[in-house]
Amino acid sequence: MLELKNITKVYNPGEITEVCVFRDFNLSVEEGAFVSVVGSNGSGKTSLLNIICGSIPIESGSIVVNGQDITREKEFARCRRIGRVYQNPAAGTSPGLTMLENLSLADNKGKAYGLRRGVDRRRREDYRAQLSELGLGLEDKLDVKLGSLSGGQRQAVALLMATMTPIDFLILDEHTAALDPKTAEIIMGLTDRVIREKHLTAIMVTHNLRYAVEYGSRLLMLDRGRAVLDCAGEEKKNLAVDDILSLFNRISIECGN
Amino acid sequence: MNVFLDLVAGTLTQGLIYALISYGIFITYKILDFPDLTVDGSFPLGAAVTAVLLTRGAAPWLTLPVAVLIGATAGLCTGLIHVKAGVRDLLAGIITMTALFSINLQLAGSNLTVPRAVDTIFTSRPVMALLGGVPLLYRKLIVSTLLALVIKLILDAYFRTKNGLLLRAVGDNDTLVTTLAVDKGRLKILGLMIANALVALCGCLVCHEQRSFSATMGTGQMVFGLAAVIIGTTIFRRASRVKGTTAAVVGSVIYKAVIQIAISLGLPANLLKLVTAVLFLCILVLGTRQGKGAERRA
Repeated sequence: MLELKNITKVYNPGEITEVCVFRDFNLSVEEGAFVSVVGSNGSGKTSLLNIICGSIPIESGSIVVNGQDITREKEFARCRRIGRVYQNPAAGTSPGLTMLENLSLADNKGKAYGLRRGVDRRRREDYRAQLSELGLGLEDKLDVKLGSLSGGQRQAVALLMATMTPIDFLILDEHTAALDPKTAEIIMGLTDRVIREKHLTAIMVTHNLRYAVEYGSRLLMLDRGRAVLDCAGEEKKNLAVDDILSLFNRISIECGN
Repeated sequence: MNVFLDLVAGTLTQGLIYALISYGIFITYKILDFPDLTVDGSFPLGAAVTAVLLTRGAAPWLTLPVAVLIGATAGLCTGLIHVKAGVRDLLAGIITMTALFSINLQLAGSNLTVPRAVDTIFTSRPVMALLGGVPLLYRKLIVSTLLALVIKLILDAYFRTKNGLLLRAVGDNDTLVTTLAVDKGRLKILGLMIANALVALCGCLVCHEQRSFSATMGTGQMVFGLAAVIIGTTIFRRASRVKGTTAAVVGSVIYKAVIQIAISLGLPANLLKLVTAVLFLCILVLGTRQGKGAERRA
C-alpha cells in the first residue's frame, strides 16, 4: 500500500519561473493494483513518479509505504523496495557490461556489493531461462555487451532487471514511448505478464491512451496536479479509448496544448 | 649495442612504473568519466612521503603501503569535495591538487634527494638476495615489471567482483546504480580513492627509482596518464578482449618510448612539456577521428 499525503511540489520556488505542480495532492495505491497514469505535458505525471522514488524533493507532505514513512529516505535507499523502468532504454542497463554481468548486478540488489565474484556461473542457466521467457531470443546473448542490443531488447532486459528481486512497487516511466509501435506492443505485453506473474504493484505513466485503457486495474488522469479521472474495477473495464480521449482533449484545450 | 639495450631497459622500466598512473587514469577517466586533476598533486605526494620516509631510515618496502594509503586519502578529499560539497569534477580535482602542492612542500621541501647510502626497494635485502647478480638497471626492470603485473592482475580481479562490476556500471550509467539501491556518490569516491592510491604508489616507485623528490614533478602527469590510456585504448580499439589495464600499460610504455626517442634525437629537456602537449593534442584529434564517443570529451 502506497499513500501520498498532502503532497505539495513547487518547481523554482521564489523565482519568476515558479510552478506549482501539486498542492495538497493525495493518492493511495492498494497492494496488487496496476495503475495507469495519463495526462498532458506538464500535468505532473513524471513528477509524481519522481516524488514517489525520491528523485526530486517535495515542499511538504508525506509518502508512506506499508505504514512506514519514507519521505526522508534518499532515492537510492528507496530503490531497495522499488523497481523502475525509464523512458530511455539506455537508463535501465549498463551498456559497457555484458548481459550476464548486468543480470548479476540486478540479481544482487538489496545485498552487499562486496569483493565476491561478480558473476555466479551457477546462475547462468537460470538467467538463460528467464531471458527465454521474454521470447525475444535474448537467451543466446548472455556474453554480449548490452550497448550492442536494440532499444527494445534493452528495455526488455531493463524490465527483467527491475523485477528480478522482490520489490514493493514497479514504476514504469513512459517505458514504451521511445520504441517503435511494434516493439512497444511487445514490451507492453511483457510488462503486463511480468506484473501478473510476479503479483507486482505497478504505477505506469504513459502517453498511449489505448495502453492505459487496455492494461491495468485502475486509470488515473492528471491535469495540472489534480486527478480529473480516477476509476478502477468494473468502471475501468467499461471505459473506452474514446471516452477518455474526449476528456483528454477538453483539458488539453483548456491548457492551450 | 649494449648502450642501446640499456636505453631500452631504462625506457621499459619508466613505462612500466608510470603504468600505475595510467591504471589510475583508466579508472577515473575511462570508467568513472571523471577528469581527475588530483593526479598532479597525488603523484608528488607519494614521492614526497617516500623520500621523507627513506631519508629517515624507514624500511624501503614499507613506503609502498604508506603511499597507497596517503594517495587514497587525497582521492577521498577530491571525492568528498565533488560528491558532498557539490563542486564540479574538474574543479574538485584542482582544489585538492593546489592544496597538495603546499602539503608536499611542507613534507619534503622543494627538493629532497635520497642519499646513495640509503637502500631503495631496488637495493633492498629481499631483492638483492634474489637478484643480487643482476646489474641495477636490469634489476629495476625486473622489479617494476613484477609490480606492474601484480597490480594489473589485482585490478583485473577487482573489476570482476560485485563491487568492481558496480564501479564499471556507475561510469556507464549512474541511474542504474541508484535503481540498484546503491549510493552512486560513495562509489565515485571509492573509485577516486583507488585511482589516487595507484598514482601515489607510482610517485613512490619513481622516488625509489630516481632517488629524488621535487615539488614540480607532478606537473603534466594527468596529461601523461590520459595520453597513455588513449594511446592504449586506440590501439586495441578493435580487440574487445584486451583488458583496459593491458591497454594502459602498453600506452604508457609507448608514450615513454616516444619521449625517449625524442630526447635521444636531441630534443632539449626544457621543451619536454611543450612536446608532451603537442603529442597529446595529436593523439586526442586522431583518437576522436578514428574512435568514437568518450574520447571526444577529454
